[in-house]
Amino acid sequence: MKISYFPGCTLNTKGKGFDRSVREAMAALGVELVELPDWNCCGASFPLLVDNVLDLVGPARVLINTAARDNKLTTACTTCYNVLKRTNRVLREDENIRERLNYFVEADYQGQVEVSDILQLIRDEVGFEKVKEAVKKPLNGLRVASYYGCMVLRPPREVAYDDPENPHALDDLMAALGAEPVRWGAKAECCGNYLVARKPEVAMEMSYRVLSSASRAGAEVIVANCPLCQFNLDRWQRDLTLTHGGFEPIPVLYFTQLLAIALGLDPGGYELEKHYVDPRPLLESKGLI
Amino acid sequence: MSTVVSLEKYIHNDLVRRVEELSGQDLLACYQCGECSAGCPAAFAMDLLPSQVIRLLQLGQVEEVLNSATIWFCAACQTCYARCPKGVDLSRIMEALRELAMERDGDTLKHTEIPKEELEAFPQQAIIAGFRKYTL
Ligand code: SF4
Ligand code: SF4
Repeated sequence: MKISYFPGCTLNTKGKGFDRSVREAMAALGVELVELPDWNCCGASFPLLVDNVLDLVGPARVLINTAARDNKLTTACTTCYNVLKRTNRVLREDENIRERLNYFVEADYQGQVEVSDILQLIRDEVGFEKVKEAVKKPLNGLRVASYYGCMVLRPPREVAYDDPENPHALDDLMAALGAEPVRWGAKAECCGNYLVARKPEVAMEMSYRVLSSASRAGAEVIVANCPLCQFNLDRWQRDLTLTHGGFEPIPVLYFTQLLAIALGLDPGGYELEKHYVDPRPLLESKGLI
Repeated sequence: MSTVVSLEKYIHNDLVRRVEELSGQDLLACYQCGECSAGCPAAFAMDLLPSQVIRLLQLGQVEEVLNSATIWFCAACQTCYARCPKGVDLSRIMEALRELAMERDGDTLKHTEIPKEELEAFPQQAIIAGFRKYTL
């Protein structure tokens, strides 16, 4: 299978390790990701004012660009997924905005592209059974907290492909890889999102609540699906050991890094060394790297 | 001659109408169940809870809401909207309030205020989304 792929700004820069693990894991699963040519930034947040049509231009261009060559688009950054999916819905359902936007960017787009998140693609197009058969290095015994964050769940009617209050697609994938998904309460809580740019101490506390929930459930590692979630959860752990008594750092990986490792791929290009809490000692102790 | 207090003028005032216009939300749909405040992951940092923000708007107290810190702590996580039994999208109301506050007071984030090492460490999307939310 072949599908158009939108990396987005962060996977093209700070999130290169995520990007590489996505591309290699998908290739190993028989899915060829074709990078969209000349793509632009999606805007990194869906505009919430009803008349803010201008901020829809970026994501609309990505969709129009896709429509010229494909009717399907996938992305691994769940923030990009959220923005593209919601924008596409507006273009499908709101005739007035659709006309204004098409007029402005000189296009004739009707919302025909199907936008999917990479986890959704793995579940629906590859299938977890097939993933299980492709595993070369099972994650035996690794206790994983699957973190969904906001972007693939909310608003449920617009973006969710899973149970928005108790999602399980990522847990199911981790189980297929031979890991032990832990049951925990904060899998769908917010990490603090863009608050980090203005009020880092609030984002830090929000992340702490997620991290401590995972630790209490006995997780050895958290897997994330968004570069900003990964950053917020990973970045402040050293500070948290000073401010929150008893806090023990816990590595935060992208789920595709574990997927690729389980598929027997070489994690050399996945930038594991760039994570703030070094995940390598844990992976080494499990014989995974 | 009757002395009717004009709700239109005092309670449903111009600023309230702008919040409704910008957010596309019906403020009177909220029946104060508190579900939004109970689930808000940033509530611990807020001086007004999300449901209190709506209550004040229903009473025409826009200035009070614009002066609160709450609107800057909303992370647009959509948990309130996902759970509101009346379908009120509070994240849109918060965005409308940020807009009005910045029209009044100007931008609330300057790149020079972010420490250089953080600016270098941030994933690109944090910077883009941050400036989208905290500047006009
Ligand atoms: S959940 Fe909805 S109805 Fe309940 S207090 Fe919040 S906005 Fe009002
Ligand atoms: S969108 Fe804002 S107000 Fe609503 S739950 Fe999230 S942080 Fe709280």
